[in-house]
Amino acid sequence: MTSKLPDAEALLPKLAAELKARVTPTSAMIGLHTGGAWVAERLHPLLGLKDPLGLMDIAFYRDDYAKEGLKHDPKKTRIPFEVEGRDLLLVDDVLYTGRTVRAAMNELFDYGRPRSIALVVLADRGGRQLPIAAQYAGAQVEVPAGKRLRLKRAANGKLTLELEEVERA
Amino acid sequence: MKLLIKGGRVVDPGSGRDEVADVFVADGKIASGKGKADQTLDAKGLVVAPGLIDLAARLREPGHGYKATLDTEMDAAVAGGVTSVACPPDTAPPLDEPGLVDMLRRRAKALSRARVYPVGALTVKLAGERLTEMSVLAHAGCVAFSQANVPITDTQVLWRALQYAATFGFPIWLRAEDKWLSREGVAHDGEVSTRLGLAGIPAFTETIALATMLQLARSTGARVHFCRLSTAAAVDMIRAAKKEKLPVTCDVGIQYVHLSEMDLGYYDSHCRLDPPLRSQRDREALAAGLADGTIDCAVSDHTPVDEDQKQLPFAEAEPGATGLELLLPLVLKWGAARKLPLAKTLARVTSDPARILGVQSGRIEPGAPADLVLFDPAQAWRVEAAALKSEGKNTPFLGYELAGCVRATIVAGRVVYERA
Amino acid sequence: MPKASNVSNNPQLNANGELQHLLSTEGLPREILLQILDAAESFAGVTEREVKKVPLMRGKSVFNLFFEASTRTRTTFEIAAKRLSADVINLNVSVSSQTKGESLLDTVANLSAMQADVFVVRHASSGAPYLIARHVKPHEHVINAGDGRHAHPTQGLLDLYTIRHYKKDFTRLTVAIVGDVLHSRVARSLIHGLTTLGVPEVRVIGPQTLIPAGVEALGVRVFHDMRAGLKGCDVVVMLRLQNERMNGPLLPSAQEFFRNYGLTAEKLSLARRDAIVMHPGPMNRGVEIDSPVADGPHSVILPQVTFGIAVRMAVMSIVAGNS
Repeated sequence: MTSKLPDAEALLPKLAAELKARVTPTSAMIGLHTGGAWVAERLHPLLGLKDPLGLMDIAFYRDDYAKEGLKHDPKKTRIPFEVEGRDLLLVDDVLYTGRTVRAAMNELFDYGRPRSIALVVLADRGGRQLPIAAQYAGAQVEVPAGKRLRLKRAANGKLTLELEEVERA
Repeated sequence: MKLLIKGGRVVDPGSGRDEVADVFVADGKIASGKGKADQTLDAKGLVVAPGLIDLAARLREPGHGYKATLDTEMDAAVAGGVTSVACPPDTAPPLDEPGLVDMLRRRAKALSRARVYPVGALTVKLAGERLTEMSVLAHAGCVAFSQANVPITDTQVLWRALQYAATFGFPIWLRAEDKWLSREGVAHDGEVSTRLGLAGIPAFTETIALATMLQLARSTGARVHFCRLSTAAAVDMIRAAKKEKLPVTCDVGIQYVHLSEMDLGYYDSHCRLDPPLRSQRDREALAAGLADGTIDCAVSDHTPVDEDQKQLPFAEAEPGATGLELLLPLVLKWGAARKLPLAKTLARVTSDPARILGVQSGRIEPGAPADLVLFDPAQAWRVEAAALKSEGKNTPFLGYELAGCVRATIVAGRVVYERA
Repeated sequence: MPKASNVSNNPQLNANGELQHLLSTEGLPREILLQILDAAESFAGVTEREVKKVPLMRGKSVFNLFFEASTRTRTTFEIAAKRLSADVINLNVSVSSQTKGESLLDTVANLSAMQADVFVVRHASSGAPYLIARHVKPHEHVINAGDGRHAHPTQGLLDLYTIRHYKKDFTRLTVAIVGDVLHSRVARSLIHGLTTLGVPEVRVIGPQTLIPAGVEALGVRVFHDMRAGLKGCDVVVMLRLQNERMNGPLLPSAQEFFRNYGLTAEKLSLARRDAIVMHPGPMNRGVEIDSPVADGPHSVILPQVTFGIAVRMAVMSIVAGNS
């Protein structure tokens, strides 16, 4: 059913238009490594935000450390603005169980106390395991069993959504 | 008691004899001809050789009872085919009094297993100050005098001790070690000790002391036997001394022709030995020296150590390895590697040490004491704690598969060990 | 002839080739060294923000087992563990409790019964952490905080991190390590790391009495003349000279040592103009290094300390996550 996947590139201007209508002088954007950072890098310049883009890695806030260890080589978290009192736009590529977003929020609150956080995702595939919702979603996508929804970036920067087999654990 | 050992491959290193034959024993001696045997041992497929003579095995008595006892170590000896053992004087207390020597000999005799030849202390308490009463000790049964692993630092005392011993013709057995140079070291000073961060004992610790001792031997005329050579340079020095016809002999611990500093691995304290395992070059020179006869014989240097004293950081572990039961397979392994005939291989643990001890055992000929070992040179066994009779399970060869399995050991014509 | 070998299996790596104990920089594959340095960079970011904690090791226990006293190293491990939200227990197992008869392994076994996850061990005998690592349970991890003169791997790693931070590319550097190399676990750990990461020229500089036998086999060039050894260096690492080494058969005095092997601005001028000066600390001013250099523009000695916390956070979180 891969023909049913939305075109990632087409979703970007749609999201940008929605967000542009909502940004305020206190808005700032943070993209989650790695896919969310790619999406945020495309959205950020379209919104006229005051501060540069923040990038965050949730490696140290994951809830699966006991099982997986520090496997995923952590990228650096760089937030070049004060989090305190800001309206944050948290950007990720695919929203699924909600655990990544939970970890991201915990990490954000260790930087300061934002006024609000809105979640922006390119694709929402359902399957939530926590009470988390996206305020802005590019598309709803159904993912068949045994597959995973991934964002890929080509050498020329083009973004595409793809389905991958889940490896048997 | 008449014993017939039938159909074995009889190897007599002293004469070079190597043939399938019967051996007849009567009244505790090898007998010529035959007669009616009370007991027959089938030695088909086995080698029949003189019982091994080990010039250095610590039996841990007197004292040191928590490490091992005479009982267990005598069991280990005969299980290893060793029929005569010379034990160093570093017991607790050291063998510096005739009463202690006497007691040791009586105890050994009562156990009726291997023969025990005590080596007496050269100085009182091995402290390197006062000479012991060597004549009295010799009379009590000491075959030689030694400082074990406790070097004499006062060269004046060393000189006088050699002079005194030379007066009576007593052999002196010495470890060449300069105590000042070795005092902090725990491993051979070289690449491995540098990498592992262990305090080093340079090779010249041995050669400096050896030079001193050779010079003193030369001027006193004392008969000196050098124990546990560990360096290539020392082998060269002994070779030169023998060429000069000095009455010197020497031995090597059998582990040292197989292992080197490389075997320390990640701080294996079973490789914590005294002297230390040295470089591969040294190992090769020792193996070659034993083959060409510069080194007269191999010993086990049997030193049972409680496992608690080995489960410690390397520098804190007690040095020493158990070895009575490994002497035969290890000497066979050495001989095979150097492609020596079996008679020559076995000479280094039978006829050659017999010559140094001055005893009649160590040969198979009519009239010689019936000290014999029957073994299967091809049968391999795994070195593990359960397989060893000694209380000491501390050996760097744990886990090795070695060839050479003792089937029976005979001392003075009596079967003292038979493999179940 | 098969041997129950303890040489072929790297005691630091688990069956998957992942780091389960950190005992030495020697024998660590390049990829693992880089994994630690990269993770440390991320942790450095954490130490720079307001809330310096991450919840990564919450619920885990780190036992500092120091058989050799050290406030500095123990404190940095404690800070690192707390910043990972781990519980920290400090045990200064002084010499006297050892003489009460409890063996090293008994001490560890008793602590193991108290549900430790990570043992940070400092011991005066080389090889002690290896003995401990052979006897801990599969879920327990050992980090060597210094054993005798053998290794101090976290110090070696933070030194590598520091060098990478200022110099970026290891493959073009000349690094000199100066002082008592014979007794230095810091030197050994750094040398192994530098050679693994491809540093083309590593030098050791000191009098013959303080250079160990066969050290060239580690991949270093030996210099006894400090001026010759410093020529063209990008990095100069000064080692601490301990008091007990002076006034004895190894060295006549601190003053004479400073004269020949102390780092002054004049000697430093022989190194490259952008050379950095490092020291594992604590410094003996006027013995290894004089104050103008220690406090001068080439010195990165204070940043080393900060990097040390991030590096230890990286090491702890990597090993504790690998079973």
